[in-house]
Amino acid sequence: MATTGLTERLATDLDAAFPELVLTFQHRIYSGVRSFVGGVDAEDVTQEAFIRAHRALHSYDRDRITALRLSPWLWTIALNLCRNWARSRSRRPQTVELHVDRAGADSAEDAAVEAAMLASWRRRLEALSEAQRTAVVLRHVVGMSYQDIAQATNRPLGTVKADVSRGLRALRTIIDQEGSP
Amino acid sequence: MTDISDQLNELATTAPPGLAEKVLVATGAGRFYDTVAGPTGDLVVGWSRRGVYGLAPADELDDFVARHPRAAPPVHAELPPQLRSRLERAFASGKLGSLRVDLSELTDFQQAVLRKATEIPPGQLRPYGWIAREIGKPGATRAVGTALNKNPVPVLIPCHRVGRSDGSVGRYAYGEEMKRDLLRHEGLDPDSVDEAAQRGVRYIGSATTNIFCHPTCHHARRIQEENRVELSSAASAAAAGFRACRACRPPVAA
Repeated sequence: MATTGLTERLATDLDAAFPELVLTFQHRIYSGVRSFVGGVDAEDVTQEAFIRAHRALHSYDRDRITALRLSPWLWTIALNLCRNWARSRSRRPQTVELHVDRAGADSAEDAAVEAAMLASWRRRLEALSEAQRTAVVLRHVVGMSYQDIAQATNRPLGTVKADVSRGLRALRTIIDQEGSP
Repeated sequence: MTDISDQLNELATTAPPGLAEKVLVATGAGRFYDTVAGPTGDLVVGWSRRGVYGLAPADELDDFVARHPRAAPPVHAELPPQLRSRLERAFASGKLGSLRVDLSELTDFQQAVLRKATEIPPGQLRPYGWIAREIGKPGATRAVGTALNKNPVPVLIPCHRVGRSDGSVGRYAYGEEMKRDLLRHEGLDPDSVDEAAQRGVRYIGSATTNIFCHPTCHHARRIQEENRVELSSAASAAAAGFRACRACRPPVAA
């Protein structure tokens, strides 16, 4: 979906343009968030990210809104929430992820396959450093540019590129080890 | 590494249905719609924080959603209880009351036309020319008709109470039958209105007060049969010594 002029529209009439922001970014934010926090909490975390985005936009003046790069800006909010989620999870007992029924899946079987795939990828991603995991997910799940990732994570461009390639190499090693007994 | 990035790409999915709706309801941003029982049938009503921005017969729902795309189509949500009770009160009384309508996207002219239409009491009919005159644009009768035809909140803004210059009920954006039903619901018989118009009756005068009115004005309807004078124009009313009613304000002949 084209986002040309969306910041302009948000600055002019926040409430009228905000649905476009949500509809434009909800799938990408949800996909990335789900890779970080799993299928059970992804919806809540994604919702909260948009609600915080709305609150922030409400408090920004026109110039600040028109100057925003929406994708990296939304991700600074979403990544922050994912970090909070990880922190609060470490303080409470771990629950086994049995949540498989997603309305998007065609059948229970598909849903189970998808949940298993997500669970194994999350296990692999958890083995990476936070910086590598974030960079890999934003680059290859969400499909962001290195430039936007650098902005979203507030890290230098070169570091982000290195994080992505090292992260992918680490994932390769992890997968190879899964194959051996 | 390509295979890994391809596999990671498969983690890209779509957000669960309803996520956007929940966000918009939680923030109050955006536009919503729901269906509600109107005075003569189910209606789809659209609202935002600014008030009711749209209304249409419920069978026009798809069209309604498509007609209000703007930045993003309206989201289906449950009508908030306060708005529901205000709508019910407005439908029952034929008056907006404390209900807010959002006309902010219309031109000043369109807004003036629609605001003026809300001054017509339930069960009464005024010609297009009356609105044109009242808003200070006596030559804009046709433009008034167009503005009323594009009324985004019919029923609530009673464009059904505006009819043709000859005094007949006339047309309606959602079909003449709906207009007639709405008027009937308000206690006005559209058939007798058309019948009088066909006989050339434009105004009704009172032989006792020497005041003349639009035929549906509540003053005109109180005139006793033996004192009722049917008039074919404002000029003939003036010639016969009638002065214009201050409530329904028929034209003063030049």
